[in-house]
Amino acid sequence: MSVPCAIVGSGNIGTDLMFKLLRSDVLDLRAVVGIDPDSEGLALARRHGLVGTPDGVDWLIDHADEFELVFEATSAWVHRRHAPRYEEVGLRVVDLTPAKLGPPVVPIVNLDEHLDAPNVNMITCGGQATTPIVAAVASVVDVPYAEIVSTVASKSAGPGTRQNIDEFTKTTSSCLVEVGGARHGKAIMILNPAEPPILMRNTVFCALPDGYDEAAVAEAILRAEKAVREYVPGYRLTAEPVFDEGPFATPGGPAAARVVALIEVEGAADFFPPYAGNLDIMTAAATRVGEAMAERLQEVRA
Amino acid sequence: MTAAFRLTDSTLRDGSHALAHRFRIEDVRAVVRGLDAAGVPVIEVSHGDGLGGSSFNYGFSATDEMELIRVAAEEAQHAKIAVLLLPGIGIKEDLVRAREAGASVARIATHCTEADISQQHIELAKELGMEAVGFLMMSHMIEPDHLAEEAAKMESYGADCVYVVDSAGAMTIDDARRRVATLKARLDCAVGIHAHNNLSLAVANSLAALEEGVDQVDGCTTGLGAGAGNCPTEVLVAACERSGYATGVDPMRVVEVADEVVRPLKPDQGVIDGDGLMLGYAGVYGSFLLHARRAAERFGIDTKEILLELGRRKVVGGQEDMIIDVAVELERRAAEAQAAG
Repeated sequence: MSVPCAIVGSGNIGTDLMFKLLRSDVLDLRAVVGIDPDSEGLALARRHGLVGTPDGVDWLIDHADEFELVFEATSAWVHRRHAPRYEEVGLRVVDLTPAKLGPPVVPIVNLDEHLDAPNVNMITCGGQATTPIVAAVASVVDVPYAEIVSTVASKSAGPGTRQNIDEFTKTTSSCLVEVGGARHGKAIMILNPAEPPILMRNTVFCALPDGYDEAAVAEAILRAEKAVREYVPGYRLTAEPVFDEGPFATPGGPAAARVVALIEVEGAADFFPPYAGNLDIMTAAATRVGEAMAERLQEVRA
Repeated sequence: MTAAFRLTDSTLRDGSHALAHRFRIEDVRAVVRGLDAAGVPVIEVSHGDGLGGSSFNYGFSATDEMELIRVAAEEAQHAKIAVLLLPGIGIKEDLVRAREAGASVARIATHCTEADISQQHIELAKELGMEAVGFLMMSHMIEPDHLAEEAAKMESYGADCVYVVDSAGAMTIDDARRRVATLKARLDCAVGIHAHNNLSLAVANSLAALEEGVDQVDGCTTGLGAGAGNCPTEVLVAACERSGYATGVDPMRVVEVADEVVRPLKPDQGVIDGDGLMLGYAGVYGSFLLHARRAAERFGIDTKEILLELGRRKVVGGQEDMIIDVAVELERRAAEAQAAG
């Protein structure tokens, strides 16, 4: 039996997520909840046989016994208001906003640790795209400092991201440390307005100590790429990992060398155009997390 | 006599690119002491890519920029100390710390089409009691009307001045003139120009901007800065005085700072070689130059080819990581061409 769930937020993210959840075997998407009666997302939901209600979170709370899992696709401040109400009625949450109320989760890195958490956070698109690489390197060698540069097409960055760009860089930096396992982290975000829009690009730099094993580091990165591709098919390295000899005076102390991984993310184009790999990786990762939580719920029940 | 415009010297910020972010405490003291005595009203100090720029991607600072800002503020008797911040690289906490270290002018820089990411930082600058300056990088990439719309956003957030920034040194005299004139016509706040010398037009573009009534002009002593360099402060001052624009700066003293303090740091500054010219010609962000040279050496390819490819890809300021991507790609193409015989 699949687990009944709802999406709160009928904007771009919520709508792209809807298409992914509709394909899931373990998640039974039943409703998309919004606040705008004229929302295109709600109309699409109804066209796909779902409840598409503009009555907001109140509707969901009134129907709480029909659902087990909620995907929050609103904004950080809205989620902060919604979270206590979900908790009160026992709804589990996969949070796609940067509210970061629950533990940060990256599917191939730490999902298993948080399957029972009432609320898990999907961090940022840059965090989802780069943390798997940092964690892979940190699994074979000490990483005193990791740095990422995430570049997205201007058209794919909404007003929420734009007005809160510090939130992106800070949340992503801390994720490189908390989830990725680096000792220090730094994240940089760039918006590129080129037409036609560019695919999402990410560059991951990891500082390496003396005596690192180049083959082991490269292999770990390629393994992580393959693992992410299982849920984000458009995720790929544009070149073999590049190793540069230092020394480098990093914030994590002097490093003998560094490895650079160059990553491109092409979106699956469920609702967004393919260039918006940054949005696709969020909804794909959230789907993966939701499915794992649903499987866990089924296990507990069985 | 009052000055016709306000001069900001960015040797200790844009010049940081030319020295791979290796300014020392004693360099900062000497430059600030000299420029302050010469009457330069604003001196900018930061990592070349702004606060928080110290990184793998842009190069690590040899000395903590907060320490450099503190020393500059201590040394300056009259000049205000400015800092640069690029949202996405630097964060609000960096600006708070710079303020505490003695900076009083916050220059918030975005790519010319992305002014709306500067709102939080411009507002914070005003809350901190700082002067806020909006800095629209790569202004050559969009038409004057579009640039004015973006500039108006920065003004609406509280900017006291918005700059036309020719980060690629790609503007012709007409390009600079039209952009400054349009901003002057549409904005109530002050307008500035920041010119680079890749096409040897930095001083000419600044003079054209002055003819259109620009309020603030940037220079770097000896031109020390990204790419082929900036508008050389001492040349600008001399040319302005001869053109009848009072600068409030003593031309002989600023020439002294150029020759005795700044030139020894990089004696070949001012030469526009093929690589520097290529930035202006291809419209590529000036600070890519040294990174592209290093990648060219590392992968055995031509710097100019890297810069031209970056221009074709329409990369923007901050995308230094794409230099590695392009170099790897060019190396692969070269290997394939060789294999094909």
